[in-house]
Amino acid sequence: MAISNQSQYTKADFESANDIRWCPGCGDYAILSAVQGVVPALGIPKEKFVFISGIGCSSRFPHYMSCYGFHTIHGRALTVATGVKSINPDLSVWVITGDGDGLSIGGNHLIHAIRRNQDFKILLFNNRIYGLTKGQYSPTSELGKKTKSTPYGSIDNPINPASVAIASGATFVARTVDKNVKHMMEVLKKAAAHKGTAFIEIYQNCLVFNDNAFEGFTKKDVKDDHSVYIEHGKPLIFGKNHDKAIKLNGFHPEVINAANGNIKETLVHNEHADDRGLAYVLGQMGVENEGLPVAFGVLRQIEQPTYQERLFEQEKLAKEKSLSGGLPQQTLEQILNAGDTWMVK
Amino acid sequence: MTLTEEKKEKKIETLEEATIRFAGDSGDGMQLTGGQFTNATAIVGNDLSTLPDFPAEIRAPAGSLAGVSAFQIHFSSKEIHTPGDILDVLVAMNPAALKTSLKDLKPGGMLIVNTDAFTETNLKKAGYEENPLEAEINQKYQVFPIEISRLTQLALEDMNLPGKVVDRSKNLFALGLMYWLYTRPMDTTIDWLKKKFSKDPVILEANLKVLKAGYHYGETTETFISNYEIKHAKLLPGKYRNITGNEATVLGLVAAHELTGLTMFLGSYPITPASDILHELSKYKNLGIRTFQAEDEIAAIGAAIGASFAGGLGVTTTSGPGICLKSEFTGLAIKTELPLIICDIQRGGPSTGLPTKTEQGDLLQVMFGRTSESPIPILAAATPGDCFETMIEAVRIAVKYMTPVFFMSDGYLANGSEPWRIPQINTLPKIEVKFRKEADGFYPYLRNPDTLARPWALPGTPGLEHVITGVETEQITGKICYDPQNHDAMIKIRAKRIAQIENDIPDIKTIFGESKGDLLILGWGSTLGSINAACEQLLKQGYKVANAHLRYLNPFPKNLGEFLKNYKKILIPEINLGQLRLLIRAKYLIDAQGFNIVGGQPLKVNGIVEAATKLLKA
Repeated sequence: MAISNQSQYTKADFESANDIRWCPGCGDYAILSAVQGVVPALGIPKEKFVFISGIGCSSRFPHYMSCYGFHTIHGRALTVATGVKSINPDLSVWVITGDGDGLSIGGNHLIHAIRRNQDFKILLFNNRIYGLTKGQYSPTSELGKKTKSTPYGSIDNPINPASVAIASGATFVARTVDKNVKHMMEVLKKAAAHKGTAFIEIYQNCLVFNDNAFEGFTKKDVKDDHSVYIEHGKPLIFGKNHDKAIKLNGFHPEVINAANGNIKETLVHNEHADDRGLAYVLGQMGVENEGLPVAFGVLRQIEQPTYQERLFEQEKLAKEKSLSGGLPQQTLEQILNAGDTWMVK
Repeated sequence: MTLTEEKKEKKIETLEEATIRFAGDSGDGMQLTGGQFTNATAIVGNDLSTLPDFPAEIRAPAGSLAGVSAFQIHFSSKEIHTPGDILDVLVAMNPAALKTSLKDLKPGGMLIVNTDAFTETNLKKAGYEENPLEAEINQKYQVFPIEISRLTQLALEDMNLPGKVVDRSKNLFALGLMYWLYTRPMDTTIDWLKKKFSKDPVILEANLKVLKAGYHYGETTETFISNYEIKHAKLLPGKYRNITGNEATVLGLVAAHELTGLTMFLGSYPITPASDILHELSKYKNLGIRTFQAEDEIAAIGAAIGASFAGGLGVTTTSGPGICLKSEFTGLAIKTELPLIICDIQRGGPSTGLPTKTEQGDLLQVMFGRTSESPIPILAAATPGDCFETMIEAVRIAVKYMTPVFFMSDGYLANGSEPWRIPQINTLPKIEVKFRKEADGFYPYLRNPDTLARPWALPGTPGLEHVITGVETEQITGKICYDPQNHDAMIKIRAKRIAQIENDIPDIKTIFGESKGDLLILGWGSTLGSINAACEQLLKQGYKVANAHLRYLNPFPKNLGEFLKNYKKILIPEINLGQLRLLIRAKYLIDAQGFNIVGGQPLKVNGIVEAATKLLKA
């Protein structure tokens, strides 16, 4: 991708003239603003951005950007993105999805796009509810959740998006939250710089159907004690007074008191670890394991050939082999005339 | 080896045509045997038509009725249309094969059986209480009981090969024998074996020995009094190759990739009988054709749509069940007006149905199987070779009118073969593709007044940034729009856009018969051969009958309504319960009658002749 050093764009260049139809106060506004704040400085020509979405509140996103966009069908944005990138690898493709779109109806495609290391960003807005269809439980809704479709409470175990991504072999996995725009922008920048699938789970508040779903770690008085912001090479220390730390006891993370000089035992984050284990442990904290802080930041970032690199490498080799006579058929004429033929006079 | 050297004192009878079937267990190599016989027959210059017929199970229990695999070939010194209704020769490698195929052998026909396979166990598995070869079968047919397994063993006895290897080559004995019986040269099979076993000289030697043993058996034993010659057919001059429908479909796609200059992208998911298209097209990466085996049918079409959005030529290949899964995305391609080729290689249904058998059951599904008003062009190939030209035409329409297009084939066309006159490259149509470049005056839905196509504006083009969506959009601007008048207008524009393609396709014409008459036999798709043959017979009998065939199922040719009025009665034979008939009756208010047999097999010529005669006399 052609990258120039100086930015020729401002945020306004990426704002569309379309009226935004999300509910007032929706977390989606913050995400839109963060994306529009990050993309101008990436040094990518505006016409090379493509935003592709499925169906759901989040999937209206492409209409609010002034770039190329494709608002597709429910759950399938990743498949369309796969085709787009396979024809034009030079494009910067961003897929916008939600917890219902990406993990329920589109769950299959999520696994496969990630395992192939398709070179696009996946922004999964997780509000733990179906918003556009007016309030049914989603695959990330907590057990026992009462919604329109679960008046007696949900009996489904929820899925953890980060765990799915890591298990699928994601080369970039991060988590951020709509309330922390600064952090969200940092994560988006890192995702933009990543080569291959960049999966970002964004906790997003739906104030109409699932308000305060994340207040347990976003509310002012508790957030510092219930969340840990992780950075590569840095110890996992958190708490209002920076007095809590995470240590690993075997495979199990534990909270220890950092004020008492336990700093040596503190887990130090390594986002580039080849092994997926650490990312998996961190991604589960506070989501699948109660009593631990939720980790925000880049859980995993490793280098691996992308699907597109492998695709074009294979094509290049086939062309070279063909030119050197290593393949029997080269031209249309030769292909049509291949095999056993005979003349009729 | 030439024919004259081999004939010795046995006399050669000249025949006009023959229909033979190799039938055996799934593991007996009948498809390979039939394929080899076909190649040799093509090289001789006969016209031919084949019908491979194999079970859906990879290996059904050995010796069982369900496990019978058969390959039928009809070849002639005249032009022929079908793989044949009845058999002149049946080669039955075991009792189950005899049981399933004997009903198709004509009285007095030749029955060649491998008696070694007629053991008590095999007879029981085939449901025979006693050995049919010892019964009155000998009075009805010319039976040639041959110990094929033992003769194969004898041919190889000095080679010390494992019993399994020996047994596996017995099909070549049968092939060699049939080569002698029909005076075919063995060269194509010898060359093929040499290539296939170039790294395994022992197996090669064994296979050649058995093949020749079969040939010499026919020549030297007293069993056969004569053998047969079928002179080459007078086909149109040119260079020919034998081709299956799936092969021709692939060649059509390769040609379209070259003729359009677009990068072809095939998104596909394995499904019988379409998978071979994915396999074959995947070999052409050197031409820049990109193939993607997706995680499911939906992803396959989604990726193809994404490819077209980005300026490639999206293609997806499947069969009926896959079309069901692709319906929602097909609607999106219709709504966003992107070119796309959707190939439906139909098979028996509903549901899983008969995966390896043929049917024309999907016409109404591809015509109507989506939400709301979602018109789409539909083209159907009529013969294996016709898949080539029909595919190029489908691509031409898709690109010119910015629309997804259905390409219809079926299991019979996909696997059946015929001699195909290889086209000259310079006779293929040029397909012009225009991408929008100018930003001035650009709107995503500002249509070309002639074609009503919207501009193809590719991501990456400065100044044309726009969003396309499945949500209803405003005319011209393409912005989301819920206005009632706009929706009504868009629905009607979409309908008109496809309907007006009738101005850009050829009129329908009669194939056999006069332009006016008592009866028109109208068909579509793979029934062409059977209908042609039936019409020829009826004409010989003096009936005022004609036939015509539809490649374009949507829109229909512009003259179709007028054309149908030239005949007093209309008969529409289909391998479904009357799907084209429903469309014809609805559109033209004509009392068309049907001939409908849905048995997973091509229609029999005699069935059509009977139905036509009955209708003519009614």
